[in-house]
Amino acid sequence: MSLRIVVTVKYVPDATGDRHFADDLTVDRDDVDGLLSELDEYAVEQALQISENSDDDVEITVLTVGPEDAKDALRKALSMGADKAIHVEDDDLHGTDAIGTSLVLAKAIEKAGYDLVVSGMASTDGTMGVVPALLAERLGVPQVTLLSEVSVEDGTVKGRRDGDAATEQLEASLPAVVSVTDQSGEARYPSFRGIMAAKKKPVESWDLSDLDIDEDEVGLENAYTTVESATERPARTAGTIVKDEGEGGKQLAEFLAGQKFI
Amino acid sequence: MAEVLVYVDHVDGAVRKPTLELLTLARRVGEPVAVALGSGAGDTAAALAEHGAVKVLTHEAAEYGDYLVVPKVDALQAAVEAVSPAAVLVPSSAEGKEIAARLALRLGSGIITDAVDLEAGDEGPVATQSVFAAAFTTKSRVSKGTPVITVKPNSAAVEPAPAAGAVEALSVSFSAAATGTKVTSRTARESTGRPELTEAAIVVSGGRGVNGAENFAIIEALADSLGAAVGASRAAVDAGWYPHTNQVGQTGKSVSPQLYIASGISGAIQHRAGMQTSKTIVAINKDAEAPIFELVDYGVVGDLFDVVPQLTEEVKSRKG
Repeated sequence: MSLRIVVTVKYVPDATGDRHFADDLTVDRDDVDGLLSELDEYAVEQALQISENSDDDVEITVLTVGPEDAKDALRKALSMGADKAIHVEDDDLHGTDAIGTSLVLAKAIEKAGYDLVVSGMASTDGTMGVVPALLAERLGVPQVTLLSEVSVEDGTVKGRRDGDAATEQLEASLPAVVSVTDQSGEARYPSFRGIMAAKKKPVESWDLSDLDIDEDEVGLENAYTTVESATERPARTAGTIVKDEGEGGKQLAEFLAGQKFI
Repeated sequence: MAEVLVYVDHVDGAVRKPTLELLTLARRVGEPVAVALGSGAGDTAAALAEHGAVKVLTHEAAEYGDYLVVPKVDALQAAVEAVSPAAVLVPSSAEGKEIAARLALRLGSGIITDAVDLEAGDEGPVATQSVFAAAFTTKSRVSKGTPVITVKPNSAAVEPAPAAGAVEALSVSFSAAATGTKVTSRTARESTGRPELTEAAIVVSGGRGVNGAENFAIIEALADSLGAAVGASRAAVDAGWYPHTNQVGQTGKSVSPQLYIASGISGAIQHRAGMQTSKTIVAINKDAEAPIFELVDYGVVGDLFDVVPQLTEEVKSRKG
């Protein structure tokens, strides 16, 4: 038996940088360093753990859609231990929204071949958290999403989903789409050996023609949503800061009473 | 006037507050038609009618509880086909966003998530979003298909507006995909008696400075004196001091209460992403350089173990 896992990852602008919008109201990637979305590290980690816990032959492919620099995200995942990588890159992809991105990912996943797709719960830039569900819908396979625990055995994926009102145990047959939360387990750091090995691992580059996607199905012009304006939030006016010299709690209560919270 | 579908989030017929907020926003764009699914769906009608639903489409079936997400997508799709609405509004819970995403794809529509406001526009509803850890505000609209928009809790004040609320049975046939992901067990979360984190008017949060699970009792005591919900930073959750369901931040809940009190929280960008839109922000921290103080309306530089209990006592005595 063999198990083919595709992990979808995203190259995102560093959240601790000064993120802003370009003139066309897409995210400006030029002024902020990019990196592998932290939440996708959890997806890579769970794929590696599924592999380590499996008696089957497991092949882990990391997949990203993004500009040239997005290769850095793939390299990180490879150095953690993934086997190979696919980079979908095309100038016509600039400004593609979640619906379009899910099309590109789904076509690439089908072309790569898969038994299991593993994603992070959301990207750390757009934070929509809809791509795993969109992939399941497009691929026509079960979604087993927002898992804090995941296991695969005998062609079945099981997991635990912590919702607002209840904790659920889920189960589905492969092939399936899984997404994992930051509660699924700390992601490993790449070892020196892992980093060296990653340099030799294959990275395939595909463009839209490789995926039979027409240029009018993706890109900013063909997005399903339009951003009309983006304005920087005005800086908060400086608040009052007091040093506690024994009356800090009482002073704070006074402030809260003045604001009618008490 | 065009109809607007509102997906109802309810627990055994008890409608949750974010849905009532949605009905208020929906009235700006059209006539709200509510869709209530699963056990107790029919019991939602009175509350929905009182808040402006002209019609309530209901469907009860075991599939909604036994399988994940897809049965609800099938039902909403049936409702869209029956009503041809001007927009579909869904509460921005994790599940709500998944339902909305799959529905949008089936309808050939665009999707906007986590709207914090909604207004009518010449070319359809315009949604306001707060992005990049609330550093920017964007206005967007769906440019293809029937707009599918998820709206965050606390985005509007609930305003009663009595309407007919006529209950109609929705006819649903489940897709082959509906039974793909089985829910093999469900354990309801024990109620703490405190308000829901995302719905609360006041949130009191603790972070690394709380320094231990047992010390969260002083955070809880302050919360209880104010009738507030309890939140926790990721550091406190990762340390195992408080449950993940109470995590405020980028990978936890995003909250927007009238008052947010951060205790022993430094204010890393991931935490700020989840609370920066709070109306009034208060922080207590020993470190005068903590970035959280850049956000506050009122800050106390001091030991939370001194300041928080004193504040709790003061709140209690003022409330009598």
